[in-house]
Amino acid sequence: MPMELVKEKWSNTINTVTIGATKEEGGTRTSKITVGGEPSLPYLFGEGGMPNKPVIAMEVLDVEPKDWPQVLKEPFKDVLSNPAQWAKKCVDQYKAELICLRLQGTHPDFGNLSADKAASTVKSILDAVGVPLIVLGSGNDEKDSLVLPKCSEAAKGQRCLFGDATEDNYKTLTASCLADGHNIIGESPIDINIAKQVNILISDMGFDLTKIVINTTIGALGYGLEYAYSIMERARLAALLGDKMLSMPFVCFVGQEAWRAKEAKGLESEHPEWGPQAQRGPIWEATTAVLVLLSGADILIMRHPKAVEMVRGTIERLIKKG
Amino acid sequence: MLVIGERINGMFKDVGKAIADKERGVIQKLAKDQVAQGAGMLDVNVGPAAADAVEAMKWLVEVIQEVTDTPLALDSTKPEVIEAGLKLVKKKALINSTTAKKEKLDSLLPMAKQYKAGLIGLTMGESGIPRDRHQRSEFAARIVSACMEAQVPLEDLYLDPIILPVNVAQAQAQEVLESIREFKLLSDPSPKTVVGLSNISQGTKSRSLINRTFLVMAAVCGLDAAIADPLDKELMDGLITAELILNKHIYCASFLDARRKK
Repeated sequence: MPMELVKEKWSNTINTVTIGATKEEGGTRTSKITVGGEPSLPYLFGEGGMPNKPVIAMEVLDVEPKDWPQVLKEPFKDVLSNPAQWAKKCVDQYKAELICLRLQGTHPDFGNLSADKAASTVKSILDAVGVPLIVLGSGNDEKDSLVLPKCSEAAKGQRCLFGDATEDNYKTLTASCLADGHNIIGESPIDINIAKQVNILISDMGFDLTKIVINTTIGALGYGLEYAYSIMERARLAALLGDKMLSMPFVCFVGQEAWRAKEAKGLESEHPEWGPQAQRGPIWEATTAVLVLLSGADILIMRHPKAVEMVRGTIERLIKKG
Repeated sequence: MLVIGERINGMFKDVGKAIADKERGVIQKLAKDQVAQGAGMLDVNVGPAAADAVEAMKWLVEVIQEVTDTPLALDSTKPEVIEAGLKLVKKKALINSTTAKKEKLDSLLPMAKQYKAGLIGLTMGESGIPRDRHQRSEFAARIVSACMEAQVPLEDLYLDPIILPVNVAQAQAQEVLESIREFKLLSDPSPKTVVGLSNISQGTKSRSLINRTFLVMAAVCGLDAAIADPLDKELMDGLITAELILNKHIYCASFLDARRKK
C-alpha cells in the first residue's frame, strides 16, 4: 500500500519583508531582496516550503577590524580601511546580494567615531554598491541612539534594515526607521518571551509588524547553537499557529559568532592537529550557517568569502530539492 | 477559544429597541466593539419581541455585514428565521441551534449541509433538560450519529452541554464540566464544544465573577467556544490568562495586549 505523507496545514504565514528601494520606489538600489513568506516549517516543500530563498549578507566594518584573525582579514586585506571599497569587493568579487555595515568604530571603546562620520560612511557605501544595505550600531546603547538616527536619515528612502532594537533600547531607532522608511531588527537574548515583547513594543509605536526582522541571537557550532535552534523552532511553530507577534523572518549573525569560536580562530601553530586554519575557519562558519538555515533563518550575516560560497551552494541545493 | 459575542440579542433592551426602530448605528457599534475586544464570531438573535422575526434577522445580518466580515451565529428557535440569515451570510455561519429532538434534527441538519454551515447541538431531548452527565452524553451521541447520517462534518458540530444557573441547580455546573471532556470521546474527529456562558450566573448578584471563573474552569476542560460578552474586559483577561497557562500562546510581558492584537 502506498504511504501517504502527512501534511501539516498551518493557519498563518511568516511575514514577507523587502529590503532595498529601487529608483521607481524612491531609492537608488539596483536590486532589492525579499525574504520570509514561509507557509510551513523550513524546506518542507510539500507544505509550501520556501517562497523566498534565504539570503547572505556580507559584513563590512566602518573601521579596520582589530580582533579579526588573520585568515579572515586576508581576503579583504587591500580594502579593510575603506568600507566603500570593501563593500564593493564583496559585491563585485564575492557576489554579495546584501551588505551589512557594522558601525563598530563609533563605539566609545573602539574609536568613538562621530555620528556624522558614520552617516558619511553609510552614504559612501550606498554610492559604491547597488545592493540593499543593513546597518548596525556598535552595541553601545547611548552612542547608537546618536549614531543610528543620523545614518537612518542619510539613507532615507533606501528601505534599509537597521539594527538592533532591544527591549531596553528601541524607541529612538524605531522612531528613525518609521520616519525614514526603513525596516528594523528586533533583538532578544535567546529568549522567546523577550523576542515577542520587543515586537509588541516596536509595534506599539505604530511600526508595521511586516517591516520587522527578528534576531533571536545564536551561538556558534559547539557554543549553545542547540538553544538558538530551539528558540527559532518554537517561534516559528507559534507563528505558523497564528501568533502575529512572532511571524517575522529571522536574521542570524553567523560570522560574528562562528569567528569567536576557538575552532575557527585558533592558530595552526597552537592546534596543529586541527588542520589548516584557512579551511577550518570558513568550514566552522559555513556549518554554523547551515544549521541556522535548517532552523528557519532567512538572512545570514557572514564574513569569510569561502564560507559564503559554500553556504550559497548549499542554499541552491536545498531550494532545488523542492 | 472561540468567543461568540452575545450582545446582538433582542432580549437586551438596547438591541430590542434598535431592531424595532431600525437603528443601524446601535447594532453596528455593538458588532465592531465585540470584534475589537476579541469576538471571533457574533451571535445574532432577533429576540422574542420582534414583530416579523424573518425580516428582523435579514435586517440584522445585512446591517452587521456592512461593518465586519466576522462570521455569524444565527440564533433562533425557528428554522425559517435561521434560513433567512443563512441565505445572506458572506462567511461560513453557525446554526444556533438544534437539540436532540428528531423534528429539530430533521429540519436543521439538511440546512447545515445545504449552506455548509456549522451547527450547535444542545444536548436536550424530548424529556427536556438533562439531569446529569450521562444523559448529556446520551443526547450528544444521538446528535453525533444524526450528523454522521446526514453527512454534516463533525468538526462543524458544536455540542452544548447546557449550563444551568448556579443558584438554581448548583450540582449541574460540575456535570457540565465533565461533559465537556466526555463529548470529545464521542467520535474521531471529535465534535467541538460550546456553552452559553452567561446562563451560569443568571439571577445572581456577582455575574461577571461567576462567568469568568466558570469560563476559566471550562477552558481547562478543553472547551472550544463560548457564547459570552467580549465587552466584559475582566472576562476576556481571565480567558487570555487561562490560555496562557494552558500553553496555548507564548508568554511575554504584554501578553494581554499581544493576544488582543492578534
